[in-house]
This record gives sequence, C-alpha cells and structure tokens, in this order.
Amino acid sequence: MRKVRERISLLFAGMVLAMSMPMAAHAEEGYTYNYDWWEDVQYSPDAYAVAGVFSAKELGLDLKLNAPEGLFVYDKYIYICDTGNNRILELERDAADSLKVKRIIDSFKGGSGSDAFSAPTDVAVTEDGYIYISDKNNERILKLDMELNYVMEFGKPDDATFDQSMSFNPKKIAVDSAGRVYCIAANVNKGLIKFEEDGEYSGFTGASEVTFDWTDYVWKKLATKAQREQMESFVPTEYDNLYMDADGFIYVCTSNVSVNDLKSGDAKPVRRLNMMGSNILVQNGNFDVVGDLYFENSGGGFQGPSLFTDVTAMENDIYVALDKVRGRLFSYDDQGRLLYAFGGIGNMDGYFRRPVALEHMGRDLLVLDSLDGSVTVFTPTLYGNQIFNAIDQFQQGKYYESGEIWRDVLSMNGNYDLAYIGIGRSLLRQEKYHEAMEYFSLKWDYQNYSKAFKQYRKEWVEDHILWLIGGFFLILCVPLAIGKVKAIKHEIDTADIFIQR
Amino acid sequence: MLASLKKKETYSRYFASLKFSLYCITHPLDGFWDLTHEKRGSIAAANTILFLTLFVRILKLPYTGFVFMAVYWEGINIFLYLASVVFPLALWCVGNWGLTTLFDGKGTLKQVYMATCYGLTPYPLLQLPMIFLSNIITADEGEFYFVLGRLSLLWAGLLILSAMMEIHEYKLGKTVLFTIATLFAMLVMIFILLLFFSMISQGVSYFVSLYREIRFRM
Repeated sequence: MRKVRERISLLFAGMVLAMSMPMAAHAEEGYTYNYDWWEDVQYSPDAYAVAGVFSAKELGLDLKLNAPEGLFVYDKYIYICDTGNNRILELERDAADSLKVKRIIDSFKGGSGSDAFSAPTDVAVTEDGYIYISDKNNERILKLDMELNYVMEFGKPDDATFDQSMSFNPKKIAVDSAGRVYCIAANVNKGLIKFEEDGEYSGFTGASEVTFDWTDYVWKKLATKAQREQMESFVPTEYDNLYMDADGFIYVCTSNVSVNDLKSGDAKPVRRLNMMGSNILVQNGNFDVVGDLYFENSGGGFQGPSLFTDVTAMENDIYVALDKVRGRLFSYDDQGRLLYAFGGIGNMDGYFRRPVALEHMGRDLLVLDSLDGSVTVFTPTLYGNQIFNAIDQFQQGKYYESGEIWRDVLSMNGNYDLAYIGIGRSLLRQEKYHEAMEYFSLKWDYQNYSKAFKQYRKEWVEDHILWLIGGFFLILCVPLAIGKVKAIKHEIDTADIFIQR
Repeated sequence: MLASLKKKETYSRYFASLKFSLYCITHPLDGFWDLTHEKRGSIAAANTILFLTLFVRILKLPYTGFVFMAVYWEGINIFLYLASVVFPLALWCVGNWGLTTLFDGKGTLKQVYMATCYGLTPYPLLQLPMIFLSNIITADEGEFYFVLGRLSLLWAGLLILSAMMEIHEYKLGKTVLFTIATLFAMLVMIFILLLFFSMISQGVSYFVSLYREIRFRM
C-alpha cells in the first residue's frame, strides 16, 4: 500500500545544507519488537516465552539429530524429519513443557523398491490417518497408513510439462482434505506440483508471475552474449516452503527475493494461494509483509533482507513467517499488519543457529533448528495471549469485549499501535465516533479515522442543522438587506423634493 | 526612512501595492506589465507576500488534518523547512536575472524578485483555506484537497512565467526557453555550492589533521 499523503520533503535545502542526516538512534536492543507508523522500532514485552528446547539428549535418543529439515504437527503429535539419519521421529507432547518419543520411523512394510528412506525432507499427516513422506533422494512421495503399511506412492510426473531429464526430488509437501498432494521439488520453479489423490499428476499450480521490466529488456538487447548470460534470466521464483491452512488455502514462502523488489513491493515473499493458484494475501498494513524493514545494520550486523524459510497459519488467519537470516519470527494478522517480531541468532534459549522449519500447535509455536538438531517450543505469554484474544473477539463480532482486551494489552505495552487501533475499531462499532477518532489519530490510522469522522460529521451536521441554515441565511440575506437599505437611502438623498434649487 | 514611515502616504501606497497583487493574479499579463512599468508594485508588498507564504507553510504543519499531512515532528527543522522555499527562490532570482541580463532582459534583480513574489500570491491565498478544509473532509474526499493544492502550485507557476515574460519584455517562446535555462542554472549553482562547501570542509579538515599530527609528535 502506498501512502497517499504529502510527506515533508526538504528538497533543495535538505540536499545542500544537510548532506548526511544521521539515522534515528536505536533504543536498547530487545527480544520482541514491532514497527510503529513511522517504521521506527518499538520494543515490546515478549509475546512468546520458551517452554523448552528439545534436542536428542532431552528426548533420550542415542543418535543426535543430523540436519533435520521437516517438521509437522498433528493434534498433540510432532513429526520431525531427521533427514541426515534417514528417519522420522514421532514425538508426543504430553505436557506443556515435555516431549516424549513415541516411535522412530525408519522403514515401512510392503511396496516395491527400498523399504527405507533416503533423506526424507518433509512429512504430512492427514485426519483420515495417513502419513505422507517426501522421500527426497528416492524420488518419491510415500503414502503410508498409521501402522506404516505401504499404501501408494507419488513418483516423477510422466508428463511433458515436467522436464524428463531432471530428477524428481520432492522437498516439501502438503496434503489437502481430499488427499491431493502439493509438492515443492528441488530445481522446479514452475510452482507447486499437484497430484490427485489417486497419484495422477495434474500439473503445476501457484507459479509466481514473472515480473518483467522494459528497462531490463532494453539492457538485454544492448548487452553482449556473455553479459546476457551473467544477467539473471526472467524466471519465476522457486518456493521454499508451504503450509496448508484450515480453510484449504496454501501459504507459501520464498527466499528468492531481491532488495529492489522488496522495496517496490513486488517481491511478495509470503503468499496465500487459492484453488486457482493466485495470490490472495491481504496486505493492508503500513508496510508490506517482508519481515525486517531495515536491510542494512538492523542490529547484530545482519546484511540483506529477511529470507523466509517457513510459514505457518494459525487461528483467525494469523500467520507466522520464519526468517532464516536473523532467526526471527514475524507474526502477521489477517490484514497483513505485523503483530510482533521476535527471536534472533544465538545459543541461548529462544535463539536459533539455523532455523529451518516452523509449525504451530494451537497457539504454541515450534521451531526446528537444523544445526542444533533441536526443537524449540514457544508458548504465548499473557501479553501474546491477550493479542490473540482481542483479535478473536473482534472476529466473532464481540466488539466491546475486544476493546476491553485491547485496553489490557495497552496497559502492558503503551507503544502498541494495533491496540490503539483495536480500541478505536471497537469504539467505532459501538458508535462512539468521537472517542474512536481520538484513538485513530493517535496512531495515524487515517483510513479508520476517516470512517469515524464521516459518521461524526454526519451527527454533528444533524445536531447543528438549524445553526447552519441560520448562518447561511445570515450570510446570504444581510448583504442583500444592507444593499437594499443603501439603495433606499440613496433614492431619498437624491429625491427631487429634497434637492434645494 | 524613519521619517517616511510616519507619513500616511507611505502606508496607502503600501496597501495599494499589496492590493495590486490580487489584480495581478487575475490579470497576469496586464498586471505584471504595470507592476514594473507603471511602478504599481513595491518591494515591501513583495516581502509581505513572501512572508505570508512562509507563514502559511508553517501553519500547514500543525493545523492540517493528519489525514492529509502526517508530520514527523522529530524530523522537522523549521529553518530547513523555510529554506525549502527561500533557497530555491533566491537561486531562481539570481539565475534568472543573470541569464536574462545577458539576453536583453529588461528586468533588474529587484524587479525579478518582486515579480516572483507577486507570483506566489495564490499559494497563501489557497493554502490557508485548505488548512481549514483538510480538517472537515475524509480521506475519500481527499481529491478535492489534492486538486486544490495542485491548482495553487500550477497557478503560481503560470503567474511567475507570465511575470518573467512581462518584466523582461520577452515573447512566450523565449520566456519558456529561459525558464528552462534558469532551472539548469539553478542546478549548476547547487552543484557549485556543493563543490564549494565540500572543498572548504576538506581544506579545513586537512589543516585540522595537520595540527593534530604536529601536536601528536611534539
């Protein structure tokens, strides 16, 4: 969204008199933060707290996790693809801060070919009791039942749209309620590979549209052949990960973005695909869904933009994206407004070394660290929970309750823009327009302010209609009357009978 | 000077010249001709118009509704903000005078300044009511506000163009040509100023570091 408003620009004078304006000084580094309307960092109370970090030691495994890549949550069960050890761990979460190994899946019964896995990268479990495993180096997606009996497999598509000289290495999978499998395969940039539930390949879906810039075209025409090969070609981006949400929409994320695209809003690193494969992610926030807004020197010496490696969608279309560069989690609401960002690269609990996968269990978040071989479980704090509650109440149409919860959030964090706007929206629904205007104006929400103001203005005009008509009448009639009086006076002054001869 | 301030005629002439700006904005060709040739304008009135322009520009900051202008107060330097009007104006006057003098322009620097300031009249005239307007309309109706704002700038621009045409006694084509040339001249002046300031600061820092080095070695 572009702001249609006049920003104070100090064109010439600024250019000459202030060659280099110092950047706004940053406050002390915090763990959880958000951006305000001016895109300044505002540190906030923690929205999530670490409930536990579970590596092989805590889980009581002999073999350390070796470069695990996939994570899946079904009910209270957690599935980890221990890619380097060619096995899948099934864990059970029996208490908020405890994970127990239920079983270790390293082979299955039946089927033709190998009955072991080779670099399994992702796993999905469906409600009707099937486990889908993307067996990457065996070039297949396996469908097993809960007793690990072979049901069927999805192999390399034998279709002209899939380059037959290429190997089929499924990286990430998602399965919808009808048993259709969506797959991201290595080196495939045409979108998600879609299989019907009977194993039939049914084409690609959700390919990102190719952005084409005519200046690039002109450059390409002018460049020599060697230069042309150096330039990046116009190809769609490859997705990094996908997540099937409760409504059957697929969230995808890509780390294949350029700084220019991010700045112009064309990059769209997180997308929500509908059945047609087009992006329907709502971006009504003050800034786009791009993670960190500052690419250079954004604390900790990180360079470049946030690169999302996984995404997960929770209740009320709140979704969280995982940035592998800074090890941060970015949580957005259904309108694409940043709720909070937290995390970092490091060795302490709540920090990661190489985060690769993200899942949620209810409101809890689980992050898989590939280098550490551990799973970090986060639970929302009171502050985080209240934000969830406030959004939930508003979605249910309980505006008054939502407003009260936002007030509670505000008492915990006075710098939280969404709390002000939340209270304002609640007041707007309660038809308390003037109060709502105050809350919106505090946090520069001019669109909602305009909505409230429109109603307030209407009420004001209705209340003061007599005064307005009276004032209009006065402005119209008084000059007329004065003119008339003057005319009469003039007539009298110049009347024949008064002029003395 | 002081003696003249006590005379009543001084004031009546000042107000007459100020009022003449209202004639200029509706009858630019006629008005700007009379401005210098009939001596109906005055520098005092031009200063007043410039002052009003700056004043309205400052008033816009706190009083425009936030729907149309969000002010990041931490980032505002009022002198820089005023310089954003005064500095281009000064460059314009000097640049225009310098160029037109070489190509038989009849206007003096004083007249260029006066006419340009008279040309600014629509800005305070329209922007002041716009401050009020911005507080009673919503974002959806913002087009009224933006159109009015653009109108005030366009009007002022056309007035300045016709003012230059009249005081230099140029044809329209030549005026447009020299307006563009003046804009280039402004860029050149900015470039030279930048060069000048950076050279000065480099020079100063050279001697400062020399002094430090000597201090360090002794």
